[in-house]
Amino acid sequence: MAQEYKLILKHADEAGYTPDIECYLRHGGYDTLKKAFAFQTKTLAEGKTQTPQEQLRQEVMTSGLRGRGGAGFSCGLKWSFVDRKSGKPIYLICNADESEPGTFKDRQIIHKDPHQLIEGMIISCFANDVKLAYIYIRGEMPEGAKILNAALKEARAKGFLGKNILGSGFDCEIHVHRGAGAYICGEETGLIESLEGKRPYPRIKPPYFPAVLGLWMCPTIVNNVETLCNVKHIVAMGGAEFAKLGTPNNTGTRIVSLSGHVKKPGYYEIEVGKATLRELIEDSKFGGGLRDGRKLKAIIPGGSSSKVLKAGEKFKLKKKDAEGKDILVETDMLDLPYDFDSLAQAGTMSGSSAIIVMDDSVDIVGALANLSEFYAHESCGQCTPCREGSLWMNKTLHRLTHGEGRAQDADYLVKIADNIPGGRTICAFGEACSWPVQSFLAKFKDDFVAKGKADEERRAKETSEPKKLEVAHH
Amino acid sequence: MSFQATPELEAEVNELISHYPVKRAASLMVLHAIQEKFGWISSDAVQWTAKKLELQPINVFEILTFYPMLRQEPQGKYAIKVCRTLSCALGGAYELHHHFCEKLGLDAHKHGPQTTKDGKFTVEFVECLASCGTAPVMMVGEKFYEGVSHKKADEIVAGCK
Amino acid sequence: MSTAATTETKTAAPAIEKIKVKIDGREIEVPRLTADWSGKLTPMTMIQACELAKTDVPHYCWHPKLPVVGNCRMCLVEFGTPALGPDRKPVINPDGTFKIAKSPRPAIACATPISPGMEIYTKTPAVKQMREGVLESLLINHPLDCPICDQAGECKLQEYSVDYGQSASRFVEAKVHKPKAVDLGPRIMLDAERCILCTRCIRFTRDIAKDDALGIINRGSYNTIATFPGMPFDNNYTLNTVDVCPVGALTSKDFRFQMRAWFLKETKSVCTSCATGCSVLFGSREEKIYRYTPRDNDAVNASWMCDAGRLNYKWIARADRLKDVLVRGQKSTWTAALNELSDKLKKAPVGSVAIIASARQTNEELWLISKLKAKLGAISDSIARVGDADKLLVSADKNSNTNGARLTGICFTEMGVNLQPITDGIESGKIKTLIVFGENIAKHGVNKEKLRDSETVGEVVTEHSLTPELLAKLETLVVSDIHANETTKLAHFVLPGATHAEKRGSFTNGKGRVQKFMKAVEAPGDARAEWEFLHDLVHNVTGQNGFVTIEGLFNQMAKEVPAFSGLTWQAIGDTGVTVQI
Ligand SMILES: Cc1cc2nc3c(=O)[nH]c(=O)nc-3n(C[C@H](O)[C@H](O)[C@H](O)COP(=O)(O)O)c2cc1C
Ligand code: SF4
Ligand code: SF4
Ligand code: SF4
Ligand code: FES
Ligand code: FES
Repeated sequence: MAQEYKLILKHADEAGYTPDIECYLRHGGYDTLKKAFAFQTKTLAEGKTQTPQEQLRQEVMTSGLRGRGGAGFSCGLKWSFVDRKSGKPIYLICNADESEPGTFKDRQIIHKDPHQLIEGMIISCFANDVKLAYIYIRGEMPEGAKILNAALKEARAKGFLGKNILGSGFDCEIHVHRGAGAYICGEETGLIESLEGKRPYPRIKPPYFPAVLGLWMCPTIVNNVETLCNVKHIVAMGGAEFAKLGTPNNTGTRIVSLSGHVKKPGYYEIEVGKATLRELIEDSKFGGGLRDGRKLKAIIPGGSSSKVLKAGEKFKLKKKDAEGKDILVETDMLDLPYDFDSLAQAGTMSGSSAIIVMDDSVDIVGALANLSEFYAHESCGQCTPCREGSLWMNKTLHRLTHGEGRAQDADYLVKIADNIPGGRTICAFGEACSWPVQSFLAKFKDDFVAKGKADEERRAKETSEPKKLEVAHH
Repeated sequence: MSFQATPELEAEVNELISHYPVKRAASLMVLHAIQEKFGWISSDAVQWTAKKLELQPINVFEILTFYPMLRQEPQGKYAIKVCRTLSCALGGAYELHHHFCEKLGLDAHKHGPQTTKDGKFTVEFVECLASCGTAPVMMVGEKFYEGVSHKKADEIVAGCK
Repeated sequence: MSTAATTETKTAAPAIEKIKVKIDGREIEVPRLTADWSGKLTPMTMIQACELAKTDVPHYCWHPKLPVVGNCRMCLVEFGTPALGPDRKPVINPDGTFKIAKSPRPAIACATPISPGMEIYTKTPAVKQMREGVLESLLINHPLDCPICDQAGECKLQEYSVDYGQSASRFVEAKVHKPKAVDLGPRIMLDAERCILCTRCIRFTRDIAKDDALGIINRGSYNTIATFPGMPFDNNYTLNTVDVCPVGALTSKDFRFQMRAWFLKETKSVCTSCATGCSVLFGSREEKIYRYTPRDNDAVNASWMCDAGRLNYKWIARADRLKDVLVRGQKSTWTAALNELSDKLKKAPVGSVAIIASARQTNEELWLISKLKAKLGAISDSIARVGDADKLLVSADKNSNTNGARLTGICFTEMGVNLQPITDGIESGKIKTLIVFGENIAKHGVNKEKLRDSETVGEVVTEHSLTPELLAKLETLVVSDIHANETTKLAHFVLPGATHAEKRGSFTNGKGRVQKFMKAVEAPGDARAEWEFLHDLVHNVTGQNGFVTIEGLFNQMAKEVPAFSGLTWQAIGDTGVTVQI
């Protein structure tokens, strides 16, 4: 049976656990930082040596930690791309934009255990020779920003930040930078531009890979809040030990944000891949099932940008049989283990590990229209396909949900969506805004056609043409 | 000049600037600081910011107009932001927004900010506030409210003196 | 060694490695590095390689002289690179070629560097479909008002829609409305609905003109080009944004609604408003000039010109143009006037003639004048014009051919040192004949003031009292000019000249660039290119037989003037040649 496994959220919800440094210290806080500082240069075979920093980075590589922000990219690998020979300073940015709809895990860490993040960041800075780091927190979390600022102040006062930290000779400073209401500031290069005080227009890659040409054109690491907290635990327990958590290639724990039509929405930390979607939704330790009398209609499994799963969908999952041979096992969508690779095999993703559950009371056209308004509102507008396509889809869906639909709108929407993703845009927002439309239409086409048809029939009686409607926002 | 920087603001801004090796990076934080003090960001405030950060006013105006949290005009004393995105919508966000609009005499079909005639409330829909598990959620100023029923909404409005 | 002309002052650059890439199946060898927008050597991009291969890659945001942003997505192409084996070495096909791994994702040609063995596919169905998609997106909110758009005929949206677009749009929604006639500054209008948000205008003014005056406001589909409210876009280079704008979003107030672009005849010429001598195109129709636009010339003006120079063309068609040859106030003919003048000059004692030529005349004309000067033993000079310089193009020297005047010996390095001796000579009666070209010496001499008008972008500086009273002492005052003025009123001989738009010739700019210009329109009335009548005059006075064509004249001049040695009219080409000055 699937269990919660509390690594990151070990203390967060304990009675009496407070976000101040004294409480954190009472729970072993900053011991891992001391451990990191205690690493000694190691002599390897052939007279080669490995610095403490290299060893720390090696631990992260060994841990198999994958980014918790959305893309699930290997953290160790990302760090290995950093240009360490440029002579320029290296920066680290903690991505606390938490803007993917459905996601509310970083908020818990920031509000309840800010020092865990700060410790993770200082260790990451030390491991990467970073002397200046920023926490980019979304503007809509003013409370979180205050908590972080207070925590940073405490850390400075205790000598965990500033010059010559704990006598290690290492200097490090962290500042909080607030966004002001823009999903695109979660995209790492949009975030960097925003931090630089410009419009958060994501950068073209090539040439602007953050690891080489990031913040102020210097090598830069951008990691999610949860990822950076994990670094602390990796150093505390050792990379190999960490890798035992979860499943192969999907190591460690993840905080799953569960919302929508379940009895017990909330955040649940699990070992990656050790719980299925069914368990997360139905088990009383997690979502506790759908509302009474309701049947499942669809799940958005990894934040609003991930492709929707339809109730009853089956997938062929790669598994190993008893002899270790690869076999394909037919798996119901609910039986997908909640990890990076299984969801990828099902053609979607675990993204920011945010599950939105929709039962059969949901108007699926309306649900997609809702998301399309989000994407139309959040496109930065820099590149053509996304700027024009995101609002176009929104307008069409708005029409379709306001009595002005056409039966052909189902195909029309797919055509619009098909013009956006697949590397045609500057950033992955292009995929984020078109995948929902593509997947909803692929899986629920009948609902869309029926809606359009109904409107056409009504208009035929009224002998009216479909109206052009202005969307509601702006 | 309708905008006059107080010594406190000046000091706060100088501190913010010191957080970055490049002055321009402080733009967003400076605009936050101004909005906190004045409630909105006037054209004069933009010019003051530009001067302070050694920028052109258009550089600041470009970001002011990008971010919905930054205001180019005064807003109500109580800024009510109702989350509109899917999880909250599934949890009744549209009904909540409608409830506020109806109660305060505003147009529920408008999603953008609307201010009551007496200047007391500004109501708007905003996108996902990262608390989808406690839908529907909303903010009044910097205060956050979760699982907001219509009854709770009425209490919140009543609490706004 | 003679001061031979060089085609380019290039220091021997280190040899740049060449690499082979395939474009649509055709192999081409290209340099690995090339100059980027700012001239810095950077890896060559796909679009630059395609350009070398003469393969058209449609693009909106990319401009060779502006930083790359990659936002329009029009230049998307498919590509492949040599597949790497487990040993990280390229896999070789049996036929010795690289095995190519095709990228699953397209790339923007404008920002993606090429690499050895890369294959670029610009004509695949996927590429075609991506272009159609971008075009369709750009058109959905576009007003489609081509019939009343100034850019029609020069619009990349129109052009690419024909070449790469689909016939019908599927868009049935309400369009986004944006401001239509925005007064961006004194010379520029913006139609935000036509704008495709390529940001070329922003980058031009920020990165080239160094005036960070434009930006994008709002968000997403509502993005709009703007200035900060109350701060007009008014630097001296704003009109270049009209040139770089690929659509009709930015228009010149001066040119708006004047003429359909496709009716204009284009003539290669040079701006004469300062010593920079920007390469330009004259747009003319039916003997009237409608606009100047900059013409690419990396040795002079890149792709730009200043607004002051660009708008300084109306004087050409001014009503007070001199159209008649006048002898002592009476209308005459060229033959009669030149014959009489030739006779006078032939009889003039050595030292009794002075010449004030203009440093806005052509090399050829100044050279012909130098022939007269030599024969007559005349003293000569020209008049300096000075004004403000800037860091981009504008020169403080407002004469277009100061160096031509120097190189042909009309003036000394310091222009104007002979003006006092000329004044003194007239005063003393030693100088009895004064020949003046294109300078209103009576006015400028009398007032001794610095003046600025549409005719002289800069300020004419003479501290010499060539007052009407003084000029009245002359036995013969010969004046050739374009417009009637105080000096032509006093002249015994008025010889109506032609503007540079009405003739051919060459100038030597402030940096020694010799550039030729072509004739765009006919001179009005009897007005005639100075080199033509100077040629006759020189022939009459010196007996030398010269050339009746500008080519012959130039080539002869090049043989005789050391600085121009080795040049031919043909060889200086459209962008000129730099000579030692
Ligand atoms: C449109 C968009 C929005 C994103 N929003 C977030 C976000 O809110 N938080 C986050 O951590 N990562 C977000 N990401 C992912 C980041 O770009 C980046 O991959 C991540 O911060 C890297 O951290 P990680 O490797 O630790 O996951 C977003 C990506 C895209 C394309
Ligand atoms: S894909 Fe969308 S969000 Fe990303 S850069 Fe382009 S317009 Fe902006
Ligand atoms: S006005 Fe023209 S140049 Fe400027 S962004 Fe728009 S289309 Fe591009
Ligand atoms: S810089 Fe000089 S030559 Fe060039 S356009 Fe301006 S005035 Fe003419
Ligand atoms: S959808 Fe409302 S908080 Fe996420
Ligand atoms: S030309 Fe615009 S993206 Fe390449």
